[in-house]
Amino acid sequence: MNLNIKRIFTILLSGLFGSSVLMAAESAPIDTGSTAWMLTSTALVLLMVPGLALFYGGLVRSKNVLGTMMHSFAAMGIITVLWMVAGYSLSFGRNVLGGFFGWNKDYFFLKGIDSNILDAGIPEYVFTMFQGKFAIITPALIAGAFAERISFKAYCFFIAIWSLLVYDPLCHWVWASDGFLFNLGAKGAIDFAGGTVVHISSGVSGLVAAIYLGSRRGYPYQVIRPNNLVITMLGAGLLWVGWFGFNAGSSISSGLSTAQALTATQIAAASGALTWIVIEGIHKGKTTALGFASGILAGLVAVTPAAGVVQPYGALFIGLFATLFCYTAIQIKNKLGYDDSLDVFGIHGVGGITGALLLTFFIRPSWMADAAKVSHTGSWTIWNQLGVQSIAVGVAIAYAAIMTLVIIYVLNKVMKIRSDEEDEMAGLDRSYHGERGYGMVNPS
Amino acid sequence: MKLITAIIREVQLDKVREALIEAGINRITVSLVSGNGRQRIEEMYRGLTIIPDLIPKIRIEIAVNDESVEKAIQTILKAAKTNGPQGSSGDGKIFVIPLEDCIRIRTGERGPSAI
Repeated sequence: MNLNIKRIFTILLSGLFGSSVLMAAESAPIDTGSTAWMLTSTALVLLMVPGLALFYGGLVRSKNVLGTMMHSFAAMGIITVLWMVAGYSLSFGRNVLGGFFGWNKDYFFLKGIDSNILDAGIPEYVFTMFQGKFAIITPALIAGAFAERISFKAYCFFIAIWSLLVYDPLCHWVWASDGFLFNLGAKGAIDFAGGTVVHISSGVSGLVAAIYLGSRRGYPYQVIRPNNLVITMLGAGLLWVGWFGFNAGSSISSGLSTAQALTATQIAAASGALTWIVIEGIHKGKTTALGFASGILAGLVAVTPAAGVVQPYGALFIGLFATLFCYTAIQIKNKLGYDDSLDVFGIHGVGGITGALLLTFFIRPSWMADAAKVSHTGSWTIWNQLGVQSIAVGVAIAYAAIMTLVIIYVLNKVMKIRSDEEDEMAGLDRSYHGERGYGMVNPS
Repeated sequence: MKLITAIIREVQLDKVREALIEAGINRITVSLVSGNGRQRIEEMYRGLTIIPDLIPKIRIEIAVNDESVEKAIQTILKAAKTNGPQGSSGDGKIFVIPLEDCIRIRTGERGPSAI
């Protein structure tokens, strides 16, 4: 009864405002349960951004704490505006230019979706804002790779351009209903909540940017220590909490698949964290707080693409292997000597790749059965799916790497991306923001 | 033996340390202090430019044997100075005071060999 009234109300509204894009609206009443959860998820994913600011902020030196936190906060401002203007359209509009990205004039400035209700029963505004949060956090993640040595102005331009040229097309390919990776193979490449779109793209871009811009002054001879691991731990905690919105919200519903994603998320995070301190305990003899936090992230990153399709034991193994590979990758980085300052590639790149490939071996049987049904040959094996996953991972790596290189190369001709030596020594806080993060804290 | 206390700009810490290490002076104590001298700096607070009357500075303390005093002073002087040869307000000061004794806690050893 209540739903019917809403439906009639929606139709009336659409009649009143004469919008032409309400096909979905007329057929789909609002599902209040889904909408409530998606609103919550949207807020939870936003919470991850200040969480990331704290996480990264604690890991740099005290002279860079505000500048580093501002990298995350600035993304909230810049990417939200871009998303509203064109990002949503580029990501979720219909294929243009052979599917390179999407476009829909109703999404431009979000001007034509005022009363749209999606088939999932949620207002399109909720979906737009939910997806917008993913667009915010992805470039903010990259900032960790070139922490402590980038001009704030250049950073702002970089993430704006990167978001439009790398994130939006990738998001379109993987998540838009007509994206080519979404339709690859029997049931598409599996990227539930952003293993390729968010983590591989940011990890690989971070690696490219870190190598291009060079190491921090004094690295690795001068010991560069975290200024405040307490705020890093706080940030890791907020990220874990926010990740429930990130993964469980990606079901775009409030039901069984939400519960499956939520469970996988919790288990992988725990298994990743536990594995990290076990490895560290054996390898170094001490279990560090930062290690535990890194393990949480490794597990969460790896389960991100997988959360919708794996069962709890799968999540357990994904968390375990993610940490194993991430830990190894960071050891190798330390030997190679390039300065991916906060291990964006080591955690997000490696964790994302691990999750996107490994999930294949833990897909729940019902998903595989469905895939076999829709496959034109009538069968679908994990090796078929592994092929699809590898293509998606390969595309994400290659596209992010090449485009980031191009963007940085061109942007560097226009403005100096890397901080001047004087500014770097003085610290980002003072050089670009005219502020200090702390009172009387001794230099580290 | 002398105790050298240098008050320098925060931003010059890395350069001064690197220069001291280059000159073979590794044993130093560093702390963040604030003080008032000739220098004026500006900070921003919600669109207001404020001029703090206590400015953060770095204090370096080095205990040295007599033969290294001049070397330490010259090294700090060179590395802590900004804005070319004429320098600028806020580059800091160096104080040198006689050091009566120096005792290494671990061994109880005293005098120049303990430095």
